[in-house]
Amino acid sequence: MFITNYIKDVFGALKSLAVGLKRTGYYFTHHKEIITEQYPDNRDTLVMADRFKGEVVMPHNENNEHKCTGCTACELACPNATIKVITKFDITPEGKKKKAIDKLVYHLELCTMCNLCVVACPSDAIVMAQTFEHSVYDRSELTKVLNKPDSKIMEGIE
Amino acid sequence: MVEEIGTTTEGDLIINVGPQHPATHGVLHLVITLNGETIKKIEPHLGYIHRSIEKMCESLTYRQFIYVTSRMDYLSAHINNHACALCVEKGMQIEVPARAEVIRVLMDELTRIASHELWWGAMAMDLGAFTPFFHAFREREAINEIMEETCGARLTMNYMVPGGVMQDLHPDFQRKVKEFIILFKRKIDEYDELVTGNIIFQNRMKGIGYISPEDAIAYGCSGPVLRGSGVSCDVRKIYPYGIYGQLNFEEVLETAGDSFARYMIRIREMKQSIRIIEQLIDNIPEGDFVAKTKAVLKLPKGEFYTRVETARGEFGVYIVSEGGTTPYRIKFRSPGFSNLSALDHMARGSKLGDLVAMMGTLDLVIPDIDR
Ligand code: SF4
Ligand code: SF4
Repeated sequence: MFITNYIKDVFGALKSLAVGLKRTGYYFTHHKEIITEQYPDNRDTLVMADRFKGEVVMPHNENNEHKCTGCTACELACPNATIKVITKFDITPEGKKKKAIDKLVYHLELCTMCNLCVVACPSDAIVMAQTFEHSVYDRSELTKVLNKPDSKIMEGIE
Repeated sequence: MVEEIGTTTEGDLIINVGPQHPATHGVLHLVITLNGETIKKIEPHLGYIHRSIEKMCESLTYRQFIYVTSRMDYLSAHINNHACALCVEKGMQIEVPARAEVIRVLMDELTRIASHELWWGAMAMDLGAFTPFFHAFREREAINEIMEETCGARLTMNYMVPGGVMQDLHPDFQRKVKEFIILFKRKIDEYDELVTGNIIFQNRMKGIGYISPEDAIAYGCSGPVLRGSGVSCDVRKIYPYGIYGQLNFEEVLETAGDSFARYMIRIREMKQSIRIIEQLIDNIPEGDFVAKTKAVLKLPKGEFYTRVETARGEFGVYIVSEGGTTPYRIKFRSPGFSNLSALDHMARGSKLGDLVAMMGTLDLVIPDIDR
């Protein structure tokens, strides 16, 4: 009885190994099904998903205008104090004082890409960019000012 | 002379077993008392990853604290987020739109498959096979791409918000998931050919790390570890949340209680997840993806608890609210913690070489254990 079981075991074992090896052989002859990405050699062809959360940016139009009103909703929404909105007062053509942003400081090194600031912004002034290669030699390079120099608020955004 | 298991006596060897699983990169270390090759006692040492997440949550608002939980069990990020969102919704009595409910379950089940895939690859690698690791990652990549398109991230999505989900599904979502289902059904048979039926794996897993149903309950195990001992404990079945109550799927149970049983649970569970996704993918209702909520959420005074079934077991969120915008106290009940506590019990009396298989089938994610 022992010997029959032993032989059965050996045959079972050999069969299971053969089944596994068949799989290995299949991939050995079907290179097309291997999908390894050759990063960073494929940088030119690499396409990131539209919604990929790489960093927060503030889009400007061709007249160097943005949509940020300086309401600080993004600053309040951020869980780890990544955004600091510094406001100033602009004088409108009518001579009235109006709140506007001076600087929107963004600390990329603190950002967890949670998207909460983008969702919180009432005027869609900030969006997520698809960049993902953020490594730099000096940490201070990761602190960014999102509004461009001398930029203004877009017409009609309150 | 037979020495007593569980005590250290003179002449015993005490060794440190360090990083062994990809998810335990230096943060879990086991102090093992050995008599020859027999394990007498295991003491897990943790601490290098502690971030006091629960304390941190006390200073975050109800919208903000959810994203922290993706960083705990990072392989079940969606499901953890789901639990937190459910707890806030329970407190505020927010009605979640039907479309959001379906999206949530789809995401949960995709996450479960992705998590089990990674476990399967890592488990096989622990036992000495390298090929399955790559195969698992190949299929997981398809899920990651789907996630990336819709949620914008591959691991820490932060996609579920109180009242629904953050963004609507990507237009390609349905097509890609259907492609994935076809791909996955073909590949899961390959998994069986490569690993499940393999005599070496079977010999290294069968009868290893046995835990009886009574002991598993006593240690507070949940998920595949408890169900591997034949105890019915799937939260999706016994305390249905979201739309799980209306879905058609089986609670996977195995009775052997050993490493192979836990292995089989996860393999079979992936098939059930596919079954759930198949039921929903063609029936995503139109409508809002998030309910209208106030900009600042305030939970009424009281205590709220919700639980979900993550890939590793029961995950619970307990919020004590004083009525403010931030929780007064938060406690997470994470599955990995209790599952790891049973390791000592499972391993006593077995050989050191078998420890790797036991740990592999526990499917540990350390930030989930040491919050
Ligand atoms: S993505 Fe999140 S962490 Fe980053 S700035 Fe926005 S709110 Fe803050
Ligand atoms: S970016 Fe948006 S939320 Fe932030 S200050 Fe500007 S307008 Fe307000």
